[in-house]
Amino acid sequence: MRAYEDWVIEAEARGLKISEVVYQYEMESSQQSEQVLFQRMLNNLEVMRESVASGLSGERRSISGLVGGDAAKVEARRKTGESLLGEPISGVIARALAVAEVNACMGKIVAAPTAGSCGVIPAVLLTVEEILKVSDQELILALFTSAGLGMIISERANVSGAEGGCQAEIGSATAMAAAAAVELAGGTPRQTADAAAIALKSMLGLVCDPVAGLVEVPCVKRNATGATIAMAAAEMALSGVKSAIPIDEVIDAMGDIGNQMPCALKETAQGGLAVTPTGRRIQADFL
Amino acid sequence: MSRSSVFDLLGPIMVGPSSSHTAGAVRLGLMARKILGEAPVGGTIRLHGSFAKTGKGHGTNLALIAGLLGMRPDDERIPAADKMAKEQGLNYMFVSADLGDFHPNTVQFELIGEAGAHAQIVGSSIGGGTIVIREINGYKVEVRGHYPTLVILHQDLPGLVAQVTLLLANAQTNIARMMVSREKRGAQALMVLETDELVEEAVLVLMRSLPKIYQVLAIEPLE
Repeated sequence: MRAYEDWVIEAEARGLKISEVVYQYEMESSQQSEQVLFQRMLNNLEVMRESVASGLSGERRSISGLVGGDAAKVEARRKTGESLLGEPISGVIARALAVAEVNACMGKIVAAPTAGSCGVIPAVLLTVEEILKVSDQELILALFTSAGLGMIISERANVSGAEGGCQAEIGSATAMAAAAAVELAGGTPRQTADAAAIALKSMLGLVCDPVAGLVEVPCVKRNATGATIAMAAAEMALSGVKSAIPIDEVIDAMGDIGNQMPCALKETAQGGLAVTPTGRRIQADFL
Repeated sequence: MSRSSVFDLLGPIMVGPSSSHTAGAVRLGLMARKILGEAPVGGTIRLHGSFAKTGKGHGTNLALIAGLLGMRPDDERIPAADKMAKEQGLNYMFVSADLGDFHPNTVQFELIGEAGAHAQIVGSSIGGGTIVIREINGYKVEVRGHYPTLVILHQDLPGLVAQVTLLLANAQTNIARMMVSREKRGAQALMVLETDELVEEAVLVLMRSLPKIYQVLAIEPLE
């Protein structure tokens, strides 16, 4: 079984970024050229950008009517300059909500790693782009880093709410985004691992309790809080803060915890928020 | 479930909200259409397990119809699939069913095509948008749509498998996976071959003309 640590060691030994180790692996396993792989990742980036723009316009509503318009609200307040968190983090929140709303409204998104968690990575990367003015090439590389970590998580644990709860979906996306943000900001391979570990540790135990079984409540807003945690984890790692527990062990712990979670809290809408009085009422109204 | 490509984690590009209940459902509809071999005009769609429950909220029903109409998982017209079905003359009915010992996200299609073809297909959406076809016209199979696939109905007789594979060998077409099964000895049998390259039309013509070969379906890979 592979470890993210293997990639950190290889990257450090060869003076490469994690992204470079990852796409070289993909070239070998898929027998596709660098150009083809980069074009595929660029396609993903373009859909991410479009989904942010579409969601920020606030015009969509989901089938249930529960979701839509929140990204636009946060963006409006951000533009006034009065946001408590400052423009960058409000931008992360608005963008994450935007993409997650597009998903809930049957719009087009990039599953990263899943549709339910599709807002986290675009929110973080496109906000870091705004802050640091990085190039498309650097963004594409960062996406390879996040995908590489995702692959390790899916091998050691899983990335599905039905198997591992929300810690496996939003949690994984948050760790993937944190690692990518660190690389984008010029951090070392080791720092990407620390950021990922700090991020995932913050998400352990998070259950999948979707109201009415939809991908709306609390899923959309968790994309925003996950993206914010990713930024915090990246900031700590870039400052030299190290995770006491290495990323691969955190991933294994996440998998373990998921196995111990009762089915009622793993995408069955039979526990947690799904069975609150309001959650039940929403379900009854919708179905 | 382990993924072997980074694009399994960063991707697919899809219409939401759910990779298993929306994107996977589109792909199942699409495979069913390919197996039927022509545009469907009528269909009974039986939903099993959590597929039956997520129909409304995850757009599973719309996604299945979209796939039957030939749309891919990233087609932004998916939410309008029911209207498009009316326009294109596809009549369908959804039924909740217990299909037995299958994955919780399983669907059975019973389809009639515009030129009179019939097909019964059972498939499951197993996570992340990945699908597997489990039954074709009553025969158990395991088709995932990654490779070009030949589904050949034939008489269970010695030599037929060899004749089919010889045609592929002569065309330099490599077989990635192969499965043979039968109703009972000497009766009808099914060959499923997944190949590395698309099988040329000329080879298919030769295959169809072999004695005791009843049907040759050539299914292109998904995406």
